[in-house]
Amino acid sequence: MCRFFLFIIFVFASVVSRAQEIEVCKTCEVKTIQAAVDMARDGDILKIKSGIYKEHDISIIDKSISIIGEGLPVIDAQMKGTALSIRAENFSVEGLKIINVGRSHTSDFAGILVSNSKNFELKNNRLDKVFFGILLERASEGIILGNKITSNAKSQSTSGNGVHIWKSEKITVKNNQVIGLRDGIYLEFVNNSEVIDNLCKDNLRYGLHFMFSDHDLYKGNVFENNGAGVAVMYSKFIDMHNNKFRKNWGSASYGLLLKEINDSELRNNIFEDNTIAISADNTNRINYIENNFRNNGYAVRIRGAVYDNNFQRNNFLYNSFDIAYTGKLNNNKFSNNYWSGYSGYDLDKNGIGDVPFRPVSLFSYLVNKTPEAIVLLRSTFIDLLDFSEKVSPIFTPANLIDDQPLMKRIQW
Amino acid sequence: MLKILKYSFYDLSRSLWSYVYFFFYLLLGVVLLFLNNDLSNAVITLMNVIIVLVPLIGTIFGVMYFYNSREFTELLLAQPVRRSSIFLGQYLGVAISLSASLILGLGLPFIIYGLFQSGAIWDFVSLLVSGVFLSFIFTALAFNIALSYENKIKGFGLAILLWLFLAVVYDGLFLLSLVYFQDYPLDKFSLVASMLNPIDLSRILILLKLDISALLGYTGAVFKQFFGTGLGAFTSIGVLILWVLLPVWRIKYISAKKDF
Repeated sequence: MCRFFLFIIFVFASVVSRAQEIEVCKTCEVKTIQAAVDMARDGDILKIKSGIYKEHDISIIDKSISIIGEGLPVIDAQMKGTALSIRAENFSVEGLKIINVGRSHTSDFAGILVSNSKNFELKNNRLDKVFFGILLERASEGIILGNKITSNAKSQSTSGNGVHIWKSEKITVKNNQVIGLRDGIYLEFVNNSEVIDNLCKDNLRYGLHFMFSDHDLYKGNVFENNGAGVAVMYSKFIDMHNNKFRKNWGSASYGLLLKEINDSELRNNIFEDNTIAISADNTNRINYIENNFRNNGYAVRIRGAVYDNNFQRNNFLYNSFDIAYTGKLNNNKFSNNYWSGYSGYDLDKNGIGDVPFRPVSLFSYLVNKTPEAIVLLRSTFIDLLDFSEKVSPIFTPANLIDDQPLMKRIQW
Repeated sequence: MLKILKYSFYDLSRSLWSYVYFFFYLLLGVVLLFLNNDLSNAVITLMNVIIVLVPLIGTIFGVMYFYNSREFTELLLAQPVRRSSIFLGQYLGVAISLSASLILGLGLPFIIYGLFQSGAIWDFVSLLVSGVFLSFIFTALAFNIALSYENKIKGFGLAILLWLFLAVVYDGLFLLSLVYFQDYPLDKFSLVASMLNPIDLSRILILLKLDISALLGYTGAVFKQFFGTGLGAFTSIGVLILWVLLPVWRIKYISAKKDF
């Protein structure tokens, strides 16, 4: 008797609490994803079996469900609009392949659109030939993990962003690959979020783009061969650690473009083969610590209204110009950096050069004043001029010096 | 003329200086490739060397050869040979042997290093072509000076001065005028000014071929637009050829009238 009651209780409990599992495939009872979504209730799991589903504008509204693709099922939106649009809490989308998202000049079609949502996970999806990849609006506490987004963006006006986040909070973007879109990852009004270990490559405009976003962290990302690596604009309290900015090369290309940024820190980043590694415009209270600048055209270009920036313990290695500077010193500091162009000596053997280093060469000063003078790049006269200026500086700002240049490269 | 060309070429190929020159370039090429391990970087460094050294060596070698072979020249003048073919033959002998040293000296290490498999081959070819042009131009200028001045010291001084002017002072004046007139649009001016000087022209032609041209910014874009077109390529080659032809014509003109 007792045993029977236990059995009843067990069955009852399992019916109430156990989520229902809905399978979707071409031969199953449920043949389309939309139908499965309509059937589903909170807590259900939708298992999508492999196959091609020609659906678009699948909408999930107020349902806490998980969608799991098994064997990479393909959702083909047939260039007709958004593939998956979601407005819900506590949901996840995993293992789908979404292709052929429609293009439009008036609406932002996306592979996965998440709006007004909370607590979600978008994991290990593959998006190809999309307009926008993953688009978040007014979302919070979401995780975007391990997705691969590719497209074939040709011009800025007819292409969208890989991961586009607008007006959101506490979002983690991790381990994604974004290749061949307009902006790789775009954040606008996004606070307290993290962008970690992503790869952004071959994008038309920026690898990562911040606008009006505060208290964010991005680290461990690789930005390669984008129109410009990263643009951080109108934001504050941004931490930038351990990123690689590589091969952002072209006449209007940057590794990192900083505009109107306050109270941020760059640490342990690597800048390699960029035309301009960092262009800083209107930035205040930024610390640049232990970064490597190697083989760039300009390592750091400082434009107007830059105050209290602090360059410490960076390696400046074989750049055509280490620093280009406009305006007054404005309380910016250079100290304890290693400069490959430094030719001073260290008599007391304390590892710090006895002669201050002047990072702004006369030529870079002249080019700033008369941009046309750049045609004399690498001519003998300029080399002579730079040499004589180094020996006895007359034109370059007298107080713009690193008075404790290091003798050896910093290992960090 | 061909016979005299042959004689002066053989004469030079027996001379120690040609070998010094050849081994200098050989050494330079080997060391650069050994240290850089990267063809396109090596090309940039070589460019710096070429636009300074090739004109200098062309000038000095030209003047030296002319003054040294004066007695032989006088002997030839007594023979029934046309004056123009004597001097042009000598000029071509010097210019060709200098160019050959350059091409062989730089070419060998690069070929051994695997130039043909590399994408840098056209950069390298444009480097060699400008090097050869510079050799021809500056040897011709040197012959002009040597023909005009009997006094060796004067001739040498002037030749060095000419090199100094084109390699260094010209750029200084160029820069000064850019800074002085910075309120005006200067793209056209800088284009013309850099085309007039063969050293600047070859520097720009090589730079535009390399990645580093992205550094040139807006002005570079103007340059690239110009030199990228058929007209630009035609004009720049035309200017280089003109720089060879004018001095050569003057050699012919002076030598025909000069009283030896």
